[in-house]
Amino acid sequence: MSNAFRLTRLLDRGAAIFLVLLGAFAIAMPALNLLVPASSPLHVSTYLVALFGKYICYAILALSIDLIWGYAGILSLGHGAFFALGGYAMGMYLMRQIGARGVYANPVLPDFMVFLNWHALPVYWYGFDWFPYAALMVVLAPGALAYVFGWFAFRSRVTGVYLSIITQAMTFALMLGFFRNNFGFGGNNGLTDFKDILGFNVQAETTRNALLVCSCIALALAFLVCRFIVTSKFGKVLVAIRDAESRARFLGYRVESYKLFVFVVSACMAGIAGALYVPQVGIINPGEFAPGNSIEAVIWVAVGGRGTLTGAVLGAILVNYAKTYFTSGILAPYWLFMLGALFIGVTLLLPRGIVGSIKYGLDRRADTRAAALEEDTRDDVAPVAAE
Amino acid sequence: MLTQVSTVAKRPRTGRWLAAAAGLTMSLAATLPAKAADTIKVGILHSLSGTMAISETTLKDMMLMLIDEQNKKGGLLGKKLEPVVVDPASNWPLFAEKARELISKDHVAVVFGCWTSVSRKSVLPVFKELNSILFYPVQFEGEESERNVFYTGAAPNQQAIPAVDYLMSKDGGAVKRWVLEGTDYVYPRTTNKILEAYLKSKGVKDDDILINYTPFGFSDWQTEVSKIKTFGSAGKKTAVVSTINGDANVPFYKELGNQGIKATDIPVVAFSVGEEELAGLDTKPLVGHLAAWNYFESIKTPANAAFIKRWHAFIKNDKRTTNDPMEAHYIGFNMWVKAVEKVGSTDPNKVIAALPGIKVPNLTGGVSEMLPNHYITKPVYIGEVRGDGQFNVVWKTKGLVPGDEWSDYLPGSRDLKADWVTLKCGNYNTVTKKCGGQGS
Amino acid sequence: MRILSAVSFAVLLSLTVLAGSLAASSAASAQGAGLEQGLQKFTTDDFSDTSEGIGAVAASGNPRAADILGALQDGRLMFDAASKTVFIKTAAGAVVNAATGRPAMLPDSADNVRLNNRLRGALDAVMGTLTLLSPDPAKRLDAAQAVFKSRDPKTLPALGTALAREKNSRIRRVLQEARAAAILSSDGADDAAKVAAIAMIRDRGDQDSLALLQSLPKDSPANVREAASAAVARIGRSLEMWSLLQNAWYGLSLGSVLLLAAIGLAITFGVMGVINMAHGEMVMLGAYVTFVVQQVIRAYDPSLFGYSLIVAIPLAFVVTGAAGVLIERSIIRFLYGRPLETLLATWGLSLILQQLVRTIFGPTNKDVGNPSWMSGAFDLGGMTITYNRLWIIVFAMIVFVALLAMLRFIRLGLEMRAVTQNRAMAAAMGIRTARIDALTFGLGSGIAGIAGVALSQIDNVSPNLGQGYIIDSFLVVVFGGVGNLWGTLVGALTLGVANKFLEPFAGAVLGKIAILVFIILFIQKRPRGMFALKGRAVEA
Repeated sequence: MSNAFRLTRLLDRGAAIFLVLLGAFAIAMPALNLLVPASSPLHVSTYLVALFGKYICYAILALSIDLIWGYAGILSLGHGAFFALGGYAMGMYLMRQIGARGVYANPVLPDFMVFLNWHALPVYWYGFDWFPYAALMVVLAPGALAYVFGWFAFRSRVTGVYLSIITQAMTFALMLGFFRNNFGFGGNNGLTDFKDILGFNVQAETTRNALLVCSCIALALAFLVCRFIVTSKFGKVLVAIRDAESRARFLGYRVESYKLFVFVVSACMAGIAGALYVPQVGIINPGEFAPGNSIEAVIWVAVGGRGTLTGAVLGAILVNYAKTYFTSGILAPYWLFMLGALFIGVTLLLPRGIVGSIKYGLDRRADTRAAALEEDTRDDVAPVAAE
Repeated sequence: MLTQVSTVAKRPRTGRWLAAAAGLTMSLAATLPAKAADTIKVGILHSLSGTMAISETTLKDMMLMLIDEQNKKGGLLGKKLEPVVVDPASNWPLFAEKARELISKDHVAVVFGCWTSVSRKSVLPVFKELNSILFYPVQFEGEESERNVFYTGAAPNQQAIPAVDYLMSKDGGAVKRWVLEGTDYVYPRTTNKILEAYLKSKGVKDDDILINYTPFGFSDWQTEVSKIKTFGSAGKKTAVVSTINGDANVPFYKELGNQGIKATDIPVVAFSVGEEELAGLDTKPLVGHLAAWNYFESIKTPANAAFIKRWHAFIKNDKRTTNDPMEAHYIGFNMWVKAVEKVGSTDPNKVIAALPGIKVPNLTGGVSEMLPNHYITKPVYIGEVRGDGQFNVVWKTKGLVPGDEWSDYLPGSRDLKADWVTLKCGNYNTVTKKCGGQGS
Repeated sequence: MRILSAVSFAVLLSLTVLAGSLAASSAASAQGAGLEQGLQKFTTDDFSDTSEGIGAVAASGNPRAADILGALQDGRLMFDAASKTVFIKTAAGAVVNAATGRPAMLPDSADNVRLNNRLRGALDAVMGTLTLLSPDPAKRLDAAQAVFKSRDPKTLPALGTALAREKNSRIRRVLQEARAAAILSSDGADDAAKVAAIAMIRDRGDQDSLALLQSLPKDSPANVREAASAAVARIGRSLEMWSLLQNAWYGLSLGSVLLLAAIGLAITFGVMGVINMAHGEMVMLGAYVTFVVQQVIRAYDPSLFGYSLIVAIPLAFVVTGAAGVLIERSIIRFLYGRPLETLLATWGLSLILQQLVRTIFGPTNKDVGNPSWMSGAFDLGGMTITYNRLWIIVFAMIVFVALLAMLRFIRLGLEMRAVTQNRAMAAAMGIRTARIDALTFGLGSGIAGIAGVALSQIDNVSPNLGQGYIIDSFLVVVFGGVGNLWGTLVGALTLGVANKFLEPFAGAVLGKIAILVFIILFIQKRPRGMFALKGRAVEA
């Protein structure tokens, strides 16, 4: 296979368009926010920059879920846990950056430790003042948890609903743990009141824009990684496992190794999303571990289209935008009705999700046309969401 | 391969993508309203869905009533007030997002909102960054004083310490042994730390204090209640100081009632249980258990009677109760109105400067004052639960108690002081003579 | 003496007078004056005055005293500050003048005489001594218990009188214990009497006895102290034994709650394979049905309140069952064979249902009362058993057995099993599978609804009620083994008991975490739960 061919497989038309749009977005937002004067109608407010920064992080999380659910059939209802762990690792770094500027002016201990009478920094907080270490932990902490969890679960062939339920139990247990003040992660209040990231003020407009751009880059990279995995031979095996796990195993594939690998990659990706999320929203607390959050993230993927990477991204942004839109103004008391109806509607009427349905329609049209031209030489169809 | 297929499909797909993107941008632009100059906008940031809706929805209604009344009186500075309601859905990052939306998109002059400490902590950076004003109406652990926030709820010294004082007195039963029972989060942890230090300073021994924490929404209290019973059987008068959070209270009190723990045996004094929480309970087995607040619906003053009447008329339901955080919003709103009238502008800097020193009557016959530390003076009442779900005031402080932002009973905060009038600092260290938290 | 201080003098007086009046009726005019003076004290709305008033009324020896103090205890005593008169509201709602007992008009300015805990304690003790000779045995028992708690040496003469007359052995026993308590608190009693009293208290052996023995003064004579500490040690040991049983009981109770919450899910999820995230909301709907039933009963005929739950159970079953059928027909039936998508749709549904209830009933907790047969507790040895928990355990077992019987013996149950085991074959045999699907889902939802009736008795009735149980329910079903009702039973009870044995050591939070971790590990060992379905449909 030539390199050019490999590249075209990696970047099909949809993927290329997606990346171009994302790039344009990453350039346009900061430009319109920082360079265009506030009076101009083209000006983008910092509010929108912060908002989209958050959405992009959610989009990365959605991608990570789509990678395992859409392509390997692993429905994790605990991905919020990996997201939150990454967030906590970043939050710990940000807490240490506050230094003596906390309200109690303690150079080492974060504020919540001071007023609860902690005398020394717990050992597991060591090193988090050094960014490379914190950055490593952002990937390592969720990755290690995913490895241990996945190693047990996949080796024992826990699949389907059982796996989903125990991932819920996992994130629920972590939530209860992080709520405990004795664990040294700030309990219910979590970590907040951040000042600097890498020496830049987290609240400055330029930092916000930079974080947005970083998030976009991370999203692009995550997208490419996912693309690379799903278009490779490895990805084909994953799809085979998704569609007929026993058959794949009988054919001699080490199903658990495939699953474990993709699960860990996905968890690391979720961790990175969490790490980018925290400085932009300014707080990380155990609420992020709530089982409901993880379920919601799965729903973004379902709305956008399971098994289509662009769909996951689109779903995350659309659902969250709908949430932002409906929770203000006169609709505020009724927004749960709309959100609920959206979920039901999508599962009933658009089982392939938005992008999945579009793709399916296009493929079908292409199929008929190709059949008419008697040129059907394709060896592959796009993954279809329905089981 | 897909690439070959998509040549055919190229145009429609790109078109849809672009259309979707354009649609999104357009709808975003549409949500940015033109700046309206003829009204003053007041932001209301209370959860209307999710776990906290149970407490916060009422406060949203209370704010709507106060704004409505002010408009009937002719508005403020000749303009009508316009409430802007958002729903942060008990989700802390969403709180921050909605705060930003209120301030930078809706251009509100002031925000009334939040219930839990974590929601306040999550919006705090936004208020500092965008320089706006937040009124926070709920009792909390203190240990904070910010330029942009005004705390109209009780600090620990305006609720917890007087309650313990009362229980130690002869009238309260001369309690010698204490159970500090709380939900495991920051408010109970801090309050219990303060109380523990306070009790020890009063000569209570370690053996006579039992501290116990349970998770949020805890519903099976059998073991905990029997633990309290056992602890209470050591031959000394025992009381429970409860900082149990809203949802878990109903099953807790149901279990207390069923296991036959009467207030005359082991009284329970609670800081998070008000009229609203008791509305979900049959209170007959609970008669005599206590709550400490700065306001009770049952307090008889003309102002309170009128307030309750207006509330019932507004909400169109005579059974709805009033409670302490509602009074806090009442005080906070009137203080803000008065400060705005004083400076003739809603400019945050001017209003923030004008607020300390503003005095408004509260509903229990006193006059509350905004202090330089952004806390207010409040009377403290101890009420006993009555059979009808109301409270019977059995004790009150002589005058109004000024809110203490940095507790004297915590080693970390003993030397700190907040003063936004002369020192312009929220955490001035009286020993090092330095304002902390401003960069080293 | 802790509780009694201001009124103890008055109690003494009351008893002397009481004893006197038993021997020969004394001057009625003096009684009237004492009563009148006491009543005046109630009109100042001041706790120390009220305290003196209680003493004076009790001391007056007037036959009306018990009525007046009883009314005060129940919050039915009113005063009018302007006219300085005191009124009693009778239980029937009529108003009488407290001093004369004649019917009276209640002035608008009248207010309740208020109490605080100290007064309430004192009042209990006074009422105890006043009602020790009541003709009603239940009242006498309560009175004896109140006197036991008061531990007041001044009650000794009254106790003596009561003991001399008492025939009921149970009440005698309590009276003797009360006398022992009074002896232990008195300074005058000799050591031998005290040691005997300690033995009496030791045999009572509950936590009140422990409290009493531990509160003995440090300067007591050596033999008394030794006897007391030996008794304390013995009570402590026996209470520890009992606490094991008590924990098991708590575990059983928690397990039965989990069982109730999960058993409906065992049908919709376990049997039908629908991941029903709206299951918790069905439980919540059941609780709200209970609330509505109670509201209606309160409005029309409060005397029927005791039956409210009996009415609510079938009603909740019908309402939530119908809701279940509706959901199945409108949503679920399009999603068979796609279990993970039912999760998404039902999650959306749960959001809608929560907000719907919030919009209709308001976001605050609703007051669902316990009928009298559901409240209170009784002692079984050293254990306290609360009635509501007891009934919930019984109820959970009834529901479980009924459900098993239904699936086993009734035609509908047979058809349900047929459809879930082999849909195509069942259809070929003439079973209308679509109808059975709807009914099965309705059955699961209906059972969730009656679980809601039970849970309304111990938990918050708010729109969030269901959220608290959904994860636990899924864990119970998965742990027990999907598709097996026995598994759900054993799973629920195991988790309940394990949780309650962990809680005293690890604390509530860590205990719960430990259980979750245990389940995660258990599923690794047995990926299909405790009681896995055996069969060929391994990868169904």
